[in-house]
Amino acid sequence: MSTTNNRQNAHASGKLYQFKLVLLGESAVGKSSLVLRFVKDQFDDYRESTIGAAFLTQTISLDDNTTVKFEIWDTAGQERYKSLAPMYYRNANCAVVVYDITQASSLDKAKSWVKELQRQADPNIVIALAGNKSDLSARRAIDSEEAQAYATDTGLLFFETSAKTAVNVNELFTSIAKKMPLEQLAANSRGRGSSSKQRGVDLTSPTSSNNCSC
Amino acid sequence: MDEEYDVIVLGTGLTECILSGLLSVEGKKVLHIDRNDYYGGESASLNLSQLYRKFRSGAEPPSELGKDRDYNIDLIPKFMMANGELVRILTHTDVTKYLEFKQISGSFVYRDGKISKVPASEMEAVRSPLMGLFEKRRAKKFFEYMQNWREDDPSTHQGLDINTVPMSAVYEKFGLEPGTQDFIGHAMALYLDDSYLTRTARESYDRIILYITSVARYGKSPYIYPLYGLGELPQGFARLSAIYGGTYMLDKPVDEIVYDANGKVCGVRSGDEIAKTKQVIGDPSYFHDKVRKVGKVVRAICLLKHPIPNTDDVDSIQLVIPQNQVNRKHDIYIASVSATHNVCAKGYYLAIVSTIVETDKPEEEIKPGLDLLGPCVEKFINVTDLDEPIEDGSKDQVFISRSYDATSHFGTVCKDVKSIYKRATGQDLVLKQRPKQEEEFAE
Repeated sequence: MSTTNNRQNAHASGKLYQFKLVLLGESAVGKSSLVLRFVKDQFDDYRESTIGAAFLTQTISLDDNTTVKFEIWDTAGQERYKSLAPMYYRNANCAVVVYDITQASSLDKAKSWVKELQRQADPNIVIALAGNKSDLSARRAIDSEEAQAYATDTGLLFFETSAKTAVNVNELFTSIAKKMPLEQLAANSRGRGSSSKQRGVDLTSPTSSNNCSC
Repeated sequence: MDEEYDVIVLGTGLTECILSGLLSVEGKKVLHIDRNDYYGGESASLNLSQLYRKFRSGAEPPSELGKDRDYNIDLIPKFMMANGELVRILTHTDVTKYLEFKQISGSFVYRDGKISKVPASEMEAVRSPLMGLFEKRRAKKFFEYMQNWREDDPSTHQGLDINTVPMSAVYEKFGLEPGTQDFIGHAMALYLDDSYLTRTARESYDRIILYITSVARYGKSPYIYPLYGLGELPQGFARLSAIYGGTYMLDKPVDEIVYDANGKVCGVRSGDEIAKTKQVIGDPSYFHDKVRKVGKVVRAICLLKHPIPNTDDVDSIQLVIPQNQVNRKHDIYIASVSATHNVCAKGYYLAIVSTIVETDKPEEEIKPGLDLLGPCVEKFINVTDLDEPIEDGSKDQVFISRSYDATSHFGTVCKDVKSIYKRATGQDLVLKQRPKQEEEFAE
């Protein structure tokens, strides 16, 4: 459970950093498919809208001493009618904003999600832009150059990905892990959003009292 | 929207979101609509712009207050009992994993012009100025009786059947002074008035034990509070509902509840779209002709730059002003949280003073509470009706929740959730601790 984890744990062979990653983007651009490929290395052509996943976790080893664990939150379809709760962005350390390279309007939508993140989320959030469905390049509606230029201007990481063929999926998440300000977190042992976690109470512990009642 | 659902839920207040989550998890097809563009309805936490839109008819918030995103201001002041029913619902549904909680640092009571801490331990009780030495011994005997009492062991009953005798008889048996009775009944059993004295002692017993076991859980007070405000609770349950397939539409007007020839609900209309359904659950604001007013609550939301004076400078408190202390029929409550709960900018404190309205000048009624706060940077007065449904929903399959009342915690909200659940599904809500999982897929 997330609230019992410190953001930075002593790991067997080094440091483990844990980050909350949120997915954003229009319906049906392949947000859940990207995560399914990254976490389980699976793909399902007829995948229904997201059902049943609270969040998934996956770790990446950057080197012998450094492991990054992503706690990946899916929108659960709440983006469809502009009903994503502010809670979704809270304490998010990184975000993947996804569009579909075959749907021209989906990049505009992605841009508006980036704006929303800049307004609502932590100012230091690391954002990656993912142009998904690169396997369907025959039906391409958005030039790579256009998206790349936007990403560069806005300070976003950028990849064209295919959840179906797995192209650039691991690269996307690995480059996010590399861009996370790990040294800063190590220097500042509280980490981002972790200080409150350490002070909080855990509702699932049967008794955490060290006081007797009156 | 033009589809058929098992249940359409109207309003995203906490009661509605818990029910929406529970029903989605059970596989019901749920459509959840709110006319507002934010989650929480009457139980929302608002940012500054939303707050000024609501109470200052759209005036811009003063820039010195800081950024919008730093504020999550509760409209309804309530805390969670650490050992209460809401905690059980949160762990049952695993919604705890979206939220983080902190203890409320202290529970206080106003008596004879002074603010005193409600003892949280035997040590504090011995030192407390609330009782004299002999009264402390009598009170100790009373609490021992309460904690040792077992339903099935008559030797612990000391000749009193608390299931039949009134609470006044229990106080009498232990010879407790009126001031002590006030403190137990109002600051621990959290009764808003004195009508409990003539009702069976069992009811008070359950409430006193809830208080004591809640304090025992984390130590400082019986209360816990979610970081970023109470509005996180409905959002958490809404996410649960969405994860299990619930459809969410905010900022969606509800124009008509549609009934069939037999008067049974069959749909909800928004503009020229109609969503079909078998049942509707919603808050009273969506059903003006199906609810009645049973009272009014006044709440003053105050922004301070200091902790409430005479409360040990802690970051959060509950303060009860028992009705007898200020010649009223109902208690006045003060609930205070601060920047450490991520509800306001650094250096600020929020305090909500509230009571049940007894006169036609509600703002004057809360003055004894406001007087204890010191200078306020901002003050928003909110007077709301307490509504309840006229019918139980068995005829039209429309199940309406009750307004959020003036009580200090979520006991009555959970009772309403269970009642609606039972009426809508025909089953009792059974809560159990689910195995902890880091990730999960529903079948």
